[in-house]
Amino acid sequence: MSTVIKVENLSKQYRLGSIGTGSISHDLNRWWHTVRGKENPYLKIGETNDRSTKGNSEYVWSLRDLNFEIEQGDAVGIIGRNGAGKSTLLKILSRVTGPTTGSVKVRGRIASLLEVGTGFHPELSGRENIFLNGAILGMRKHEIQRKFDEIVDFSGVERYIDTPVKRYSSGMYVRLAFAVAAHLESEILIVDEVLAVGDAEFQKKCLGKMQDVNAGEGRTVLFVSHNMNAVNRLCNKGITLHNGGISFEGGIESAVKEYLNLNFSSKKSAIDFEKKVDAEVQLVKAALVKNGSKLDGTILTEDELIIKIDYAVNIPIKQLHLSMFLKNERDEVVFFSDITDHYGKYLKINPGNYQVSLKIPNNILVPSSYTVSFGCVNRDTLKTYHQTDALFFEQIELSQFRFQRPGYLNFPLKWDLKNIEE
Amino acid sequence: MPIDSNTWDIEIKPKNKLFDLQLKEVWHYRDLMWLFVKRDFTAQFKQTILGPFWHVVQPALTTIMFLLVFGKIAKIPTDGIAPPAFYMAGLAIWGYFSACFTGTSNTFTSNAGIFGKVYFPRIVTPISIILSNLVKFGIQIALLICIIVYYNFNGFPYHATIHLLYIPLILIVVAGISLGLGIIFSSLTTKYRDFTVLLGFAIQLLMYATPVIYPLSYLQGKSYKWIIDLNPLSSLIEAFKYCIFGKGLVEPYSVLYSVVFMMVSVSLGYIIFNRVEKTFMDTV
Repeated sequence: MSTVIKVENLSKQYRLGSIGTGSISHDLNRWWHTVRGKENPYLKIGETNDRSTKGNSEYVWSLRDLNFEIEQGDAVGIIGRNGAGKSTLLKILSRVTGPTTGSVKVRGRIASLLEVGTGFHPELSGRENIFLNGAILGMRKHEIQRKFDEIVDFSGVERYIDTPVKRYSSGMYVRLAFAVAAHLESEILIVDEVLAVGDAEFQKKCLGKMQDVNAGEGRTVLFVSHNMNAVNRLCNKGITLHNGGISFEGGIESAVKEYLNLNFSSKKSAIDFEKKVDAEVQLVKAALVKNGSKLDGTILTEDELIIKIDYAVNIPIKQLHLSMFLKNERDEVVFFSDITDHYGKYLKINPGNYQVSLKIPNNILVPSSYTVSFGCVNRDTLKTYHQTDALFFEQIELSQFRFQRPGYLNFPLKWDLKNIEE
Repeated sequence: MPIDSNTWDIEIKPKNKLFDLQLKEVWHYRDLMWLFVKRDFTAQFKQTILGPFWHVVQPALTTIMFLLVFGKIAKIPTDGIAPPAFYMAGLAIWGYFSACFTGTSNTFTSNAGIFGKVYFPRIVTPISIILSNLVKFGIQIALLICIIVYYNFNGFPYHATIHLLYIPLILIVVAGISLGLGIIFSSLTTKYRDFTVLLGFAIQLLMYATPVIYPLSYLQGKSYKWIIDLNPLSSLIEAFKYCIFGKGLVEPYSVLYSVVFMMVSVSLGYIIFNRVEKTFMDTV
């Protein structure tokens, strides 16, 4: 295996705020330092790029001292939350912008797909745009000609090929654009979340194509996405970026875990609810527990999840109704349960503090992010206390076989094949 | 792929070398250059009825206007050349310069969308603008030929000279100046938009400081002639007319001045452009 990309001390500084009269004085100052053979004065300052905290400096380091190498044939997932420096890194690697300091050395041709359909001209036909877009991406005319039929076939818009692309539906547009890009012949392919567009069938096709490029043709792929399941399926290595630096580099599964640890710690796995004075019954606190300890935001499909809820009952209630439900990332209720599941009726209860532990069995939910909502109702007075989306957790599946398990349920079945001829 | 660990195909560094011409790369992208030319031409006239004919309408109407204002009202002489042919020739070459100049000076701002997403040698874009304006220029020359032929039979007999062969050379110098100045301006506008505003009216004013609507001979002995002489385009436009009509005031030293001006502006432009293309995405 040989190294195809070598990144050394790579940093990128950005200036915040708008460019105006202030920048000309900085330019002059910078120029004056250069003339005297001194170092750029603005490189010494600058802060770590953490977008949520307010900084003091006008300059921030979007990337700071990155060092890594990528071997030929690797599929590397670059992950990190918004503002971690992913896009800046991709921009530098695809030569859209230059680094502030440091260098990148590359062996082979790089094709980057930071966007599909770059340079598409709305007035030109699909055919003309295939040539134009292909050339922009670095293909020679004869290369495009040779692959033209393949591209049209892959895109599935053959019928509209001589119609201006401004008449295309957005889906067709994206299909055509991705088809061109997918047929690039470069040693290194850089892809940035282009899969977020198009319908499910086409997304699958794109992922499949990228896998072919990597596994089938042995080309190097760099992939940036927020879709952990896609990254997990497509890549074998991962680089987790955090505030402009590398926080993890290595196998993709560990990189994904690192990312999830870094980013979902802020979302609530436990919550204390506000106390209400005149409530008949109320939620006090709730927490997600895994193996006896508090959850760090993510849970594997093979782990059992326990939801602990504390209630305070302030007056005697004849018909108490407690309930909870889970919603997935598309905000659909996937699961509902209430107290009648256990008692077969609403509960008669005296004042006091109560706790319940609800066990969600392992291997039951498909990978997605879920929120937990709670409710309690006094069925006599119909007074209701809700806490919607109170808790959050991410269910992940570290499977090498699937990009995503479709549907809502995750029941591994026993596929025990028996040879019936014997 | 080479296994030798010392050879890298691409090195991405904070700055390009001062005079890294990247000619090999530009050559690799020659198809793209051609497609840009084709796109500019075809896309401009999609959904029009007259199509490329519009390239003729604009200078034709301007010529008529000039005939009225400068010919009839101001009574500026045209060196004994048929006035419509005189204006048309001046407008064609001036139009080529101004279209190239404004086009290339917008390289970074108007292509920010593409440049921000994909890499190709940025210089491809201004060069393709220079080339696609050549098509427009060609169409206007066709109109000029029609005018000359018409006036040949109507009082202004035409005699072609060997000087016609110099026209391509003049075009190269004009293209060079517009490219050089254009890329200098495009590099400046990425950060300071003031230059866009400046350019908008400067190019209009510059036309009057260039012998488009008057012959250089008309200024002979005038005190302000040095302003016109300072303009590197003056001698070129006069020379262009001289090559076509065989009439005009072309001095070798002023042509030399224009050629030197072109070389300096192209080199300077290339250096600045080379610097800016690396980081313009952060400032544009």
